[in-house]
Amino acid sequence: MSAATGYNFGYLDEDTKRMIRRALLKAVAIPGHQVPFGSREMPLPYGWGTGGIQVTASVIGPADRLKVIDQGADDTTNAVSIRRFFARVAGVETTERTAEASIIQTRHRIPETTLREGQILVYQVPMPEPLFRLEPRVAETKRMHALADYGLMHVKLYEDIARHGHVAISYNYPVMVNGRYLMSPSPIPAFDNPKMHRNPALQLFGAGREKRIYAVPPYTEVRSLDFEDHPFEPVRARAGCALCGSRESYLDEVVTDDAGGRIFVCSDTDYCQGRQARQEAAE
Amino acid sequence: MAYVAVKGGERAIEAAHAWLARERRGDPGLPALTVGQIEQQLGLAVDRVMAEGACHDRGLAALAIKQARGDLIEAAFLLRAYRTTLPRFAASLPLDTGAMRIRRRISATYKDLPGGQVLGPTFDYTHRLLDFALAAEDEAPPPPPEASAEAERMPRVTGILAQEGLMQGEVAGEAEPPDLTREPLAFPAERPLRLQSLARGDEGFLLALGYSTQRGYGNAHPFVGEIRMGEVTVEIVPPELGFAIEIGEITVTECQMVNQFAGSKTEPPQFTRGYGLTFGHAERKAMAMALVDRALRARELGEEATAPAESEEFVLYHCDNVEATGFVEHLKLPHYVDFQSELEKIRQLRATALREAAE
Repeated sequence: MSAATGYNFGYLDEDTKRMIRRALLKAVAIPGHQVPFGSREMPLPYGWGTGGIQVTASVIGPADRLKVIDQGADDTTNAVSIRRFFARVAGVETTERTAEASIIQTRHRIPETTLREGQILVYQVPMPEPLFRLEPRVAETKRMHALADYGLMHVKLYEDIARHGHVAISYNYPVMVNGRYLMSPSPIPAFDNPKMHRNPALQLFGAGREKRIYAVPPYTEVRSLDFEDHPFEPVRARAGCALCGSRESYLDEVVTDDAGGRIFVCSDTDYCQGRQARQEAAE
Repeated sequence: MAYVAVKGGERAIEAAHAWLARERRGDPGLPALTVGQIEQQLGLAVDRVMAEGACHDRGLAALAIKQARGDLIEAAFLLRAYRTTLPRFAASLPLDTGAMRIRRRISATYKDLPGGQVLGPTFDYTHRLLDFALAAEDEAPPPPPEASAEAERMPRVTGILAQEGLMQGEVAGEAEPPDLTREPLAFPAERPLRLQSLARGDEGFLLALGYSTQRGYGNAHPFVGEIRMGEVTVEIVPPELGFAIEIGEITVTECQMVNQFAGSKTEPPQFTRGYGLTFGHAERKAMAMALVDRALRARELGEEATAPAESEEFVLYHCDNVEATGFVEHLKLPHYVDFQSELEKIRQLRATALREAAE
């Protein structure tokens, strides 16, 4: 019990953490498989990261250093709010540096900086079911996963290509994990999908409202669905970052006036600032 | 260059919350609402927040309403987030609503019946004319009710039908009922789980669904067998004692809807029950719940289940307003990374379409 807050370390009680850790262990043992868990009401609203928060709360220890990003940035309001929550209920050190963090909770991005062994990337997941737009009934999608019956998704991709010449999915692009389970990568841009493949870090996914946990263990195969004659194509703006000049990073488009003026800047603020600092040091 | 990366999210959040606190208090020239006033004078709001917040504590519900500036879904959320931190030391025995100390009891199926019809404190038959006398600051307390109806025993209407074998019996299950607050929903959901979910479900959502069954989306032929509201005793059996002790008294509203059932291969034609039970005085919710409960029984009764109110997944996944409001409102969080990927994708698809049109 932390005297400062009146709540247990990490807010959740130890029994709840144990329940969540069991779900996490099962999830790691069956990569890409959605494990139901007894998600709790959190003091933040459902849909605002309660799944990620419960996962982080269950794996965090006093020696951890936490980074929280939303849209790739540390200073977006919800990232600030979640970081403050953990600073308050766990008293852990927080950081904005990807390389220095032991746990990174994220919404909608994978950091540009390559992750390493021992790091944990916790994703906030709104809809864990990759098939939900094609089949809303959970009982039915469960059956489809059990039988690895993913024809529906392949047909959807095929129809996109037949109608538009391209797959029309730009984010939350479905992936096949370990050659077995179709998985939602959470609403990250398709650009980030290749970073999941054989990533040395442990990737954990928490969906609080939908009460599901899933995982991708280190070095697991993660393939974006595609066809031999229409290979997966990650998309980014054809521009360089206006601040650091990067032509590799994922960019946000910023409207600068009402006459069509716009610039592009890195969505990953830590990556961008690191590059700017190195450029200044070199001058 | 004009663009500066947005900073200061933390300061903005603090300032916004300070502003919120001022708005909540309103004009400081007027006296602040007390939690006691809310609990006493906005009692039906308190009842609704307790039901949807799934926590029976009038004082805390009133506090939540005050803190939420009267936003009852926000108040229910505050109460839920609090209750989830509380330890569980016991489950109560089933409430005996047959032994209720009744303040209101009506039946729409019998003109008169043992115990009689007791209107009690109801909006029914009030003329909905604004009472400008209430706008006066020094409202005189109304006179007390003439007599309480407590003394006479009031058998349940459904019990009267059951004596004749006309009412389908409810078989008590051997299994421990599931606990929605500890285990995620699983389908098919049995009735105890469904009723738990409906009991904390959003009143507005259940009202609309219940209404839809009356308008042909579902095969409803409901009669209000009985609505009763009053006080019931809550009992638990502490393991160290091994016998039941009373731990308190709560107000509940119970609605039993009587529905025609044409019978099946195994069962003769009879009436079936739709059941609603809520904390406090919440008739609209109890009635809507009873309609939806009966609609959700379509599968077990061998009826065709095609209407929204008859779909377990549709009803149970969407009736929780704390979940629903969170996910709807999360759309106001930043989505610019996803939107950017959509922008690039739409530009790509348009370029392809325009090129093909030109060819």
